[in-house]
Amino acid sequence: MTDAVDSSSNPSLCRVPEVGYAPIGSAAERRLAELWESAPGWRGWLSTVDHKTIGLRYLVTAFIFLLMGGVEALIMRLQLARPEQTLLTPEQYSQLFTMHGVTMIFLYSLPVLSGFSNYLWPLMLGSRDMAFPRLNALSYWIFLFAGIFLYVSFPLGEAPNAGWFNYVPFAGLEYNTGPNIDVYALGMVLLGISTTVGAINFIVTLFRLRAPGMSIDKVPILVWGTLTASFANVFAIPAVSLAFFLLWLDRQTGTHFFDVVNGGKPLLWQHLFWMFGHPWVYAVVLPAMSIVSDALPTFCRRPLVGYSAVALSTMTTILLGFGVWMHHMFATGLPMFALSFFGATSTVISIPSAVAVFAWLATIWLGRPVFNTPFLFFAGFVLLFVIGGFSGVMTAAVPLDFQLNETYFIVAHLHYVLIGINVFPVIGGIYYWFPKFFGRMMNEALGKWSFWVMFIGFNLGFFPMHLAGLLGMPRRIYTYAPHMGWATVNMVTSVGSFIFAVGILIFLVNVFISLKRGALATENPWDAPTLEWATPSPPPAYNFAVIPFVASRHPLWEDRLNDGPSRSSLDQGYLLMEGRETIGTTPFKATPNIILKMPEDSYAPFFLGLFSALIFAGLLLHWRDFTLLMALACSLSLIGWMWPSQSLVQRLPVSKHDTGAAHG
Amino acid sequence: MAELIPSNQSLPVGSAGKRSGGWWGMLALIVTEGFLFGYLLFTYFYLASQTEQDWPPEGLPILLIPDINTLILLASSGFVWACERCIQRRLIHWSLTSMAMAVIFGVCFIVIQLQEWSKKTYDMTSNLYGSLYFTITGFHMLHVIIGLVILMMLLLWLALGYFDDRRYAAITIGGLYWHFVDVVWLLVFTSLYLSPYLY
Repeated sequence: MTDAVDSSSNPSLCRVPEVGYAPIGSAAERRLAELWESAPGWRGWLSTVDHKTIGLRYLVTAFIFLLMGGVEALIMRLQLARPEQTLLTPEQYSQLFTMHGVTMIFLYSLPVLSGFSNYLWPLMLGSRDMAFPRLNALSYWIFLFAGIFLYVSFPLGEAPNAGWFNYVPFAGLEYNTGPNIDVYALGMVLLGISTTVGAINFIVTLFRLRAPGMSIDKVPILVWGTLTASFANVFAIPAVSLAFFLLWLDRQTGTHFFDVVNGGKPLLWQHLFWMFGHPWVYAVVLPAMSIVSDALPTFCRRPLVGYSAVALSTMTTILLGFGVWMHHMFATGLPMFALSFFGATSTVISIPSAVAVFAWLATIWLGRPVFNTPFLFFAGFVLLFVIGGFSGVMTAAVPLDFQLNETYFIVAHLHYVLIGINVFPVIGGIYYWFPKFFGRMMNEALGKWSFWVMFIGFNLGFFPMHLAGLLGMPRRIYTYAPHMGWATVNMVTSVGSFIFAVGILIFLVNVFISLKRGALATENPWDAPTLEWATPSPPPAYNFAVIPFVASRHPLWEDRLNDGPSRSSLDQGYLLMEGRETIGTTPFKATPNIILKMPEDSYAPFFLGLFSALIFAGLLLHWRDFTLLMALACSLSLIGWMWPSQSLVQRLPVSKHDTGAAHG
Repeated sequence: MAELIPSNQSLPVGSAGKRSGGWWGMLALIVTEGFLFGYLLFTYFYLASQTEQDWPPEGLPILLIPDINTLILLASSGFVWACERCIQRRLIHWSLTSMAMAVIFGVCFIVIQLQEWSKKTYDMTSNLYGSLYFTITGFHMLHVIIGLVILMMLLLWLALGYFDDRRYAAITIGGLYWHFVDVVWLLVFTSLYLSPYLY
C-alpha cells in the first residue's frame, strides 16, 4: 500500500506516531473515512470487516433465531395448553423441543452477546477495530452457515430430536437411525469453530487494543464479562466439539466410545457435554449481566458501586463454573464424594452472583434512578435473576435435586436464568445502544409497554412451571392425562407465554418505527460515562478520528466526578493514517508499544466460511470426493489469507524484493 | 493532561515479533487446542480406568521405535528453533537449511508413525482401545500434517526473501505451533505408550 515509498530510512518498520487533532470535516478526517469505509454495493457487503457491521449482523441474525425458537415454543405451548391434545405427534414434539433448545442456547444467546461486544468493544476501548477484523468476519459467516446447516433438515422432518443435550445411547445409532443426530453433531462442530475464533479475537483485542492509558482497572464491565466468557469458551468448546465428533464417529464409522456392549460408557458423553455445558451457561449470562453493570449506572446517575468487586466476581463465577458440571448428573449414580463436592461448589457459586446483585441494588439505592425503558429492563432483570438464582441454589442441594430432576421445575429454573439474565438485559441493552447503532432514539411509550407486557407475560408463563414441577410433571412429555392435575398450571403457562410473545412483538414494532421516525440522537443522548458515547451516532467507519488517551473509568464524567488530577484527552490523540492503522498497547498498563496495521476488506472470510460449511455438508451426505475438494479449497484460502503481506508489514517492505513478490 | 500523552518514542509498525497480533492469536489457539487434547486424554483415562478388556489388546507396547520417533520429532523442533536463531543473526542460508531439516524430520516422523499404525492387528472399529488409539494418534497426526504445511510455507517464504533479522514474525508464530505439536506428542506418548506400564 502506501508504505515502502521511502524505504531508505525504513519509516515503514518503525516510526513515531503523530499526535494531533482531526475534527469532522478536516482533511485528516476525510482521509480516514476514505481509508476505512467499505466499498458500496454487494462487494462491500460480502467483503466488509468493519466490526460495527459484523456486530449488527450478529444481533439481527441472533434475533431472527430468537423469533424462530420462540415460534417453536409457542407451538409447543399450544400442544400443552390442555391435556391430550393432538396438534403434534410425539416425534414432531421431540424435534420441536430439541430445535427450540438448540436455537435458543446456541444460535441466539451467545451470538446476540457477541453482537453487542463486537459492536461495542472497539468503541469502548478506543480502538479502530477488533484485533483480527477478518477473523471477526469469518466467525460471523461460520455462525450463519452453521445456523442454516442445523435448520435445513427441519422442513424434511429430520431435525435433531434427542434434546439439546443429546444423551447417548438414545442419540446413538441403535435408537436414532435417521440423519437427525448427524446434522446436530456436525452442525455443532462447525458452530464451535465460529465461537472459538470469535473468543480468541475478543481475548487478544482486550490485551492489545485498548486506548493508551486505559489500564486493566479502567475497562468497562462489559469488557470483563465478555473477556471472561471468551476464556470460558476457549477452554470449554473443545469438550463439546470432541463429544459430538466422537458421537459422529460412533455413528458413522463404528467406533465404540459410547457403545455399552463393547466397553464404551454413555456417562462419558454426559461428562464431556457438561464440562462444556456448565461454563457455557455462565458464558451466555456474564456478558449480559455486564451489560447491566455498565448501563444501569447511567440511569442511576452515578458510577457502579463496587467496580472491582463486580469485576472479580465475574471471574470467580467462571472459575467456579468449571467445577460444577456434575450437578447436571446427580441422578446418575455418582459416588457420594462427587455428590458432596459438586453440590458444595454449586452452592458456593451463588456468592459471586450475590455480590453483583448487591452492587446493582446499591447502585440504584445510592443513585437517582431515571425510570425509563432501559432502566425498567435492568431493574426487572435483577428481580428475575434473584428468582432464577434461588431456584438454582435449591437444585444444588442433592436430595432436592433427586426430587426435581427432569421435572418442569428445572424448565422453570433454566428459563428464569436464560430469559431473565439474557433476554431482558439484551432488550434493555438494545434500547440503550439503539441511538448509537442507528442515530435515532427508540419510542419511550412503546418501550414501557413492551417491558410491562413482557415482564407480566414472562412471570405468568414461567412461574407456574415451578408448580408443575413440584406437582411431578416431567419435562419433554408431548401430552398428559386430564386426571394428573396439571391442566390449570399448563393453561396459565400457555397464556403467559403468548402474552410474553406479544411483548416481544411490541418491541419489534418499536424497533421498526424508531428506525424510520425515531427522534435524531446526539452523540451522548443518555449522558453516559463511557468512551463509545464520545463518537458520533452512528459512529463513522474509523470509530475515532484520533485515538484518545484515557485517564479514568468514566472519561465523559471526569469533570463531574472530579476523581484525580488528570483528564482524558478525546480531541487530541494519535492520528495514525498511513493506511488502516490503530495503536497496540501493553496488556495491563496500556502503554503504546506498536502501531498495528489493520487489514483491508477481504472476500477470504466469506469463502473460507463457505468452504468449511461445505466440508460439513459433504460429510453429512457422505460425498467423499466433494469433502476432500472443499478441504483443499479451505487450505488454499487459508494459505492465501496467511501469505505475508507488505501492506501489513508482515514481511520486508523493501523494493529490491519486488521480483520475489511478483512470484508469490 | 500533558503527562498522559506519551513521549515521542518510536514504535514498531505492523507485524513485529511478539508484539504482533498473530503471536497473541497463536497463543490463544494453542490454549484451546491444548484443551482439546486434554479432553481427548481425559476420554482415554476415563474409559481405561473402567475397562475390563485387555489394555492394550496386544500387551504392553514395544517402545523402541516410538522412542526413536519421539526423538526425531523433538529434533525437528530443535531445527525450527535454530532457524529462528539463525535469522536473528542474519544467517539466512543457515536458517533455510535448518528449516529444511525440520521439514525432513517431520516427514520422517509421519512415515514411521504410519508404519506403527500398519503393524497394529486391529483398527478403529475392532475394539474400544483401537477406537481410542487411532482417534488420539490420528488427531495428533492431523496436527503434524498441518504443522508441516506451515513449515513448508515458511521455508518457501524464507527462500523468497520475505524475512530478515528485522521482520520474521511468521517464523516465530509458525514455529510456536510446531513446538506445540511436539509437546502434545510427549503427552500423547506418555499416555498411550508409557502409562500402561504403570498398571
